[in-house]
Parts: sequence; structure tokens; C-alpha cells
Amino acid sequence: MCLAFPMKLIEIDGQCGTVLEGAVRRDVRLDLVEGVEVGQYLLIHAGYAIQVLDEAEALETVELIRQAYPYLVSGERSGDG
Amino acid sequence: MGDAGTERFRDPELMRRLAEHLHRVVGRRDLAFMHVCGTHENAIARHGLRSLLPDGLRVIAGPGCPVCVCPPAEIDLAVRLALEHGVIVTTYGDMLNVPTGRQSLAEARANGGDVRVVYGAADAVELARATPRRQVVLLAVGFETTACITAAVTLADPPDNFSMVVSHRLIPPAMEALLEVEGLRIDGFVLPGHVMAVTGYREYEPIAARSGPMVVTGFEPVDIMLGLVQLAELAVAADPRVANAYPRVVRREGNTRALAAMESAFDVSDARWRGLGSIGASGLTLRPQHHRLDATRRFGLEPDPSLPEGLPGCACGQVMLGMLEPEQCGHFGQACTPDTPWGPCMVSFEGTCRNRYLYQGA
Repeated sequence: MCLAFPMKLIEIDGQCGTVLEGAVRRDVRLDLVEGVEVGQYLLIHAGYAIQVLDEAEALETVELIRQAYPYLVSGERSGDG
Repeated sequence: MGDAGTERFRDPELMRRLAEHLHRVVGRRDLAFMHVCGTHENAIARHGLRSLLPDGLRVIAGPGCPVCVCPPAEIDLAVRLALEHGVIVTTYGDMLNVPTGRQSLAEARANGGDVRVVYGAADAVELARATPRRQVVLLAVGFETTACITAAVTLADPPDNFSMVVSHRLIPPAMEALLEVEGLRIDGFVLPGHVMAVTGYREYEPIAARSGPMVVTGFEPVDIMLGLVQLAELAVAADPRVANAYPRVVRREGNTRALAAMESAFDVSDARWRGLGSIGASGLTLRPQHHRLDATRRFGLEPDPSLPEGLPGCACGQVMLGMLEPEQCGHFGQACTPDTPWGPCMVSFEGTCRNRYLYQGA
């Protein structure tokens, strides 16, 4: 029920937009998001964009893992293992 | 981001290392975490993530499937609308096969009712515009993720032949109710990432401060495993904070525009949950200025209080609280399978029983 997918906004027409992910292209409503721009990734649920994805944060999650758990990413084991 | 972005959150090598780290953090402790999201349960079961967890860490599937928590009496309203009032009933696919004790929506359709599956609320409004001589009713279920869309539709001036049975539910009051359930120990909550995309997690901070740590997380394997690592670290440190392991989608303040739409469309009301009974301020009703869209008013319907919460012997209510494992229900895999569901937890793709049945041994 709470399934939602990140899709790239490729066209805006008022409160409607077209999003794309792989081969899937759909029309969505943009009523619930503010000031979106073509090229942004939107979280799509039941035909509506419900959030704008933050590209920097996406990189940062991986970065967060890298920094908080450096031995996980580099493969080095911590001493207390 | 796109394909490549998602791949980053499925990296098997990173998963292996996160799992190793989780084992180190948890050590020999016994911890019970609960998620309240059917989409999480589906992802955990489908990717076989429980097989990666330390023996002492139990991840309980809480009441996070909107189809499962919706009481039969509310589905029965839609059945009666289809059969006795001749309206076109629209709803989301998983609702069709939920047994009600009388007829499911699928049975109502087989008996001549006009019941149609829609992808979203806007499709139901489109159908109403396309069939101006028919009444079209949307049975609107779901948590905040979906409720904000029902709100958007409500505020977009739908046509006069459109109305709704609003059966949305809110997560925070249910979590508070779970914390009161006797014999249920929860050391931390995994918060549903797509509910949080809408609501943010500010409202959860005081609940965490009283009850224990929480983590917001997404639905890819790395998201879930990172969430469990962060939650385990907070639990071990007895640090009752809300951590956000899904910052690419979730902001603390949520989607303010979606929240404003919900505020304009709905009042908060008490609501019944299968397995949990009535929970104060856990449901939504249309505000008075939108009563013209309320199908129960338009057609003079009340939920039938005599309908039982489930079929005889159905343990969905206890399964959803983590008090019983699906295998402990006498019907599981016998009378109750995905083809012949006895209760909603075997119907919905988010249902704990269905996911256990399909992905056992995954």
C-alpha cells in the first residue's frame, strides 16, 4: 500500500507531469509537491508525487555508511570484532 | 540516481558487511524490534533479510498493512454500496479478496456488483467524470502516504457523482497503543519510510523519548540493514532518539504541502483497527465543508456493528501484534492460503501471513 518509486520528472504541464524510470513512463499529479523542476527525481505513490528526492542525500547515505562504518566499506575489520 | 542509484542500495557485499556489523553490535543480547509497514515486511521477506540477522534479534511485523487493519464492517459498507445502491465501487486491488464474514468485494462483483480496481484516487475521479450518470464511490484506505492523495483529490473539486468511504488510519496513535499491549516487548521501532516522506518524524520524537529508539528507513536491502544497525546501536546505548537512515526521501518536517492538504480535507477521529480495537484519534473523517463527498452520508449508511472482526479461528489480529507467528495459526497453509485466504494477512501482498507463506526459506 505504501509502495512508492523514485522516478525522474521529464515534463511539467501545470499540476501534471510526466515521469520516467527505465522503460516506464507515466503521467502523475504534482499537486502535493512545491517548485519541482524537470530532471528532479520524485517519489511517486498512487499517481501522485509525494516527495522530492535529494540527490545529495542519496550520495550521503552511502557516504554516511562509509564514514560511520569505514571498515564496512573499505573491507578493513575493526579491532573489536 | 535512477537505476544506478537504486543498485547502490542493493550491493550484496555492503549487505554482508552491514550484517556482520549488526551481529557485533547485538552480540548475545535479545532484542525485539517492530516495523509497522507492510511494504517493509514484503521487502524483508522477499530479500530473505531475516536470515542475515543475529539469533537474538527479532524483527516483528506490526500492524502496518492498511488492508489488514481495516475492519470488515468498513469493507461491508462498500459491498452494500455496490449491491444495494448500484454504485460503481472503486478501491485498491488488495481490498477485493478480504473476507468480511458476509461477502468480499470480489464476491460482490461476482454477484453483479460493479466493483473496479484503481491505481489511485485520481483514477476514481476520472471514472466519475467519464460516467456522469453513475455514482462512483472510492473506498479510500491506507496510512498517511495515501491519505494525503485522498486529501488532494478532495480539494480538487471532484464532480457531484463522486464520493468516498474514508477508511484511512494514522500511524502514531497505533504505535502508542502498541506500547500499551500487555506482554508485548518492543525495544525499538522501524518507522515506515513512505509514511515519513509525508509526515516527517518530528511527531515521533516525544514518543521515542518515552518509549525507546526509532529509526526511519527505506525499502532497499541496504536501507533496511542500515536502519537495523542504527536502531541496534541506539537500543544498546539506551538512547531514545529517532534516527533517519532514509534522508534521500525523508525530512524531519515531512512534506508540508501534503500535510496542509490533509489538514484542509480531514478532521481526526477515533477509529477501529483489526487486532487493536478502537484507538483514539487514529482515523480521518472529511471536514464538514467536504461532507458532500462522504458516501456514508450520501447513501445513509452506517457500519454494521454486528460484523465480527474476523472469520472463526483467524489469528490475523494477534499476528499483526507479533503475539503469534503465522505458523502458529491453525489455518495457516491449510484452510488459509493466498488462493483461499481466511483472513486479510494472507490476502494483501503486504500481509505477514502471505509473505511468510510465499517467501518461507527465502
